[in-house]
Amino acid sequence: MALHRCAVVGVGQTHHTSCRGDVSIAGLVREAVDRALLDANMTLADIDAIVIGKAPDMLEGVMMPELWLTDSLAASGKPLFRVHTAGSVGGSTAIVAAQHVMSGLHKRVLTIAFEKQSDGNAMWALSVPLPFSMPVHAGAGGYFSPIVRSYIRRSGAPSHIGAMVAVKDRTNALKNPYAHLHEDHWTLEKAMESPMLWDPIRFVETCPSSDGAIALVLASEDVADKMPGKKAWVHSTAMRSEPTMFAGRNQVSPRAGEMCAEDVFRKAGITDPLKQIDAVEMYVPFSWFEPMWLENLGFAPKDQGWRFVEDGVTEMTGALPVNASGGVLSSNPIGASGMLRFGEAALQVMGKAGEHQIDGARTALGHAYGGGSQFFAMWVVGSEKN
Amino acid sequence: MRDVAIVAYIEGQNTSATTLSPVEMIVPVVHEILNRANVQRSDIDFWCHGSCDYMTGQPFSFVSAVDALGAWPPIMESHVEMDGAWALYEAWVKIQTGEANTALVFGNGKSSAGDMNRALTLQLDPYVVAPLWPGFRSLEAMGARAAIDAGTVTERQMADVVSRSLRDAADNPNVLAYGYRDADELLDEPMTANPLRAHDCPAMADGVAAIIMTTADRALEMCDRPAWIRGIDHRIDFQNLGLRDLSRSNSAALASYHAGVTKDKVDVAELHATYSHHEIILAQSMGIDRSTTRMMPSGGALVANPLMAAGLARFGQAARQIFKGNADRAVAHAAQGACLQQNIVAVLEGN
Amino acid sequence: MADDILRIRTPIGIDYTWSSGPGSVVYMRGLENGKLIGRRCPACELVYFPPRNGICPRCGVLLAAEVEVGPRGTITTFCIVNVPFLGQTIKIPYVAATILLDGADIGMQHLIQECEAADVRMGMRVEPVWKDKSEWTPSLENILYYKPTGEPDADFDVYARHL
Repeated sequence: MALHRCAVVGVGQTHHTSCRGDVSIAGLVREAVDRALLDANMTLADIDAIVIGKAPDMLEGVMMPELWLTDSLAASGKPLFRVHTAGSVGGSTAIVAAQHVMSGLHKRVLTIAFEKQSDGNAMWALSVPLPFSMPVHAGAGGYFSPIVRSYIRRSGAPSHIGAMVAVKDRTNALKNPYAHLHEDHWTLEKAMESPMLWDPIRFVETCPSSDGAIALVLASEDVADKMPGKKAWVHSTAMRSEPTMFAGRNQVSPRAGEMCAEDVFRKAGITDPLKQIDAVEMYVPFSWFEPMWLENLGFAPKDQGWRFVEDGVTEMTGALPVNASGGVLSSNPIGASGMLRFGEAALQVMGKAGEHQIDGARTALGHAYGGGSQFFAMWVVGSEKN
Repeated sequence: MRDVAIVAYIEGQNTSATTLSPVEMIVPVVHEILNRANVQRSDIDFWCHGSCDYMTGQPFSFVSAVDALGAWPPIMESHVEMDGAWALYEAWVKIQTGEANTALVFGNGKSSAGDMNRALTLQLDPYVVAPLWPGFRSLEAMGARAAIDAGTVTERQMADVVSRSLRDAADNPNVLAYGYRDADELLDEPMTANPLRAHDCPAMADGVAAIIMTTADRALEMCDRPAWIRGIDHRIDFQNLGLRDLSRSNSAALASYHAGVTKDKVDVAELHATYSHHEIILAQSMGIDRSTTRMMPSGGALVANPLMAAGLARFGQAARQIFKGNADRAVAHAAQGACLQQNIVAVLEGN
Repeated sequence: MADDILRIRTPIGIDYTWSSGPGSVVYMRGLENGKLIGRRCPACELVYFPPRNGICPRCGVLLAAEVEVGPRGTITTFCIVNVPFLGQTIKIPYVAATILLDGADIGMQHLIQECEAADVRMGMRVEPVWKDKSEWTPSLENILYYKPTGEPDADFDVYARHL
């Protein structure tokens, strides 16, 4: 089946920070949208359709906020679509938007993901007691920490791997002006002394809670070809889901993630991802997930992901740079975090990543996951047409 | 564009307050629709779900719905925080890309879990409107008032819509309101939110609706008379009520135009008119002649309104009219937001 | 302008009624009577405790036969919580563990006490400590916590597929 080609022609994001008290939700969203449109040399009037994603509405207390955002996006008279697939939503939203172009339906699609965590009370929003579980987790870290422990036990990874990833991502973030955390004092020694919050997860190995938004302008081939700037061609997209918990589930390396990666690489014609992918923007909210996802995505053999970290393979100067932007560990506006991965992957192949540009990046992977490691969304973008 | 048809439709039992969990509501509907289309889970390339956290009072409430699907091995799946009708739209787009051929879409809602008149208010501007807690019914009453004042709707027309809907509902076992009441009798009822009377407002329900859609090469295997989607489009209006003429729906008019509603005669229309005046506003905006088109033979959302499923149910009910040979050309419509803010329209044909 | 209003507080309150669903009734009735009742999937024959939503998510079918599980179980993996959070009543550090109850095929979460956090191990055998019978409700909170039984640890291979 012949797909229509789709390219990212504009990327815009806000400076991510713990509280953007100076703007409304609409103001935050428009900041990203205006930057993306400026990057694409378009205005809202040029846009055919809008696809919005965010994590649970209860984080801000606005139900289906896109209905209200219509006004500030001048979307009246247009198709406006809302996606919600948990933490992977930023990635899924970009994929749904790309499909609006790949189906031949629209030529210029604006896609947006945001979260303004400071406008609500996330801890309250996410803590609805149910009789199936004891309230013992103490947040997402408590949920994922036992899975990290399982990975460490299975793979025999040494205790400093999580800290190494954290130091790498925080250091990379110094080169990204939009990153929430700009902390220049981290060394491996200091990171190892960071307190254990959810043992085996240290404080430095966790992500911040951010306000932020990102927008991408996607265009059809005929539109993109007429544009002078650099583009990121969408080579393939993939999504997979599996249930949160079932007997015998592999929580460390979920099958849905493996299948999603196999699918996204196959459709992009990638047979040796380690060789053919130049940059990865991976959804790593807790640092140990970098080695875990390296294995799940097929970059590293089973139980060997941590060796890649230890050998510096995922450093900016390594063979497979992961999260040159600083990643989720440096900025986590939940609903936007997935699209930030997709957008940062696009920036790499457009050669527009600024100080955190990977030299000569031609093919990049954007990765997002959500729920209990059960929803996966990925895309491969390239500097050339596929 | 690839030819895509709705080949099966199943709705769960609409109830005023179920004690089932959302997952338990969905499971039998999924089983039944797979049987109806005579397909296996593995025949479904793409699953898409529409629901809303504020209906259940739980963040990520849609996540547990994946449990109802038997998603193993893992599936290609997505979720919209919209009525299930937009889940159908996402699936239709996916099929157009060629990445899927057969999709199962569903919407579910449990209106009884909380005070929906209050919850829906949270859709409004969070800084200056929602904190006033106007109540959703009041906003719809304002819309009805605007239409009456503009002369596009009369109270008698509204009563006629209710009378016909209740009568049709008597033939539909899956409704929460039905009966034989003429317009005069209805107009004698007291107002609940002037100019709305209780019967002008929907019978809120807990329910599930599911549809299977597929491409030309398989449609006839799954259904004797598939309902071909000949046009589909959705549009939105500004939310700010002061920026809109509430006596009409611009977005419904645009979606209808792009879906091609007026290109030919419409035999049947299933419009997602949750308040009686909506039907009249929608028909006028969409170019549907209510005197020649059979309106809502199911009784419509007035007699059973399972939030987030009721819009998809209109698509299913319109498709059923094609399946049964009652119509050659049907219009399906869903709406969400205050005063018909967002609308999706599809033209379904039997040939 | 120093007097500009930049933020307002608009508290939201909506009450919801949550239905457990009939599929979970035996589980909750069991807890009310000091029993741990799981249910078996008629398709894959694995036992779920809790029988969440009365369904086997892998097979997508409603669970069937009731099966009493536990009371003892094996810690498959765990987290030592050192972070105080809203509404937390447990003294930190404490251990939140995934426990595979004997006879069940999926782990559940609970607290580990009567043992130093540093001494908790993957594979450790544990048993429940119940609240006083007079305080029982249809809730997993009837179990105050789990404590070590003193039995030898389970081999990794025994529980590895549950991680």
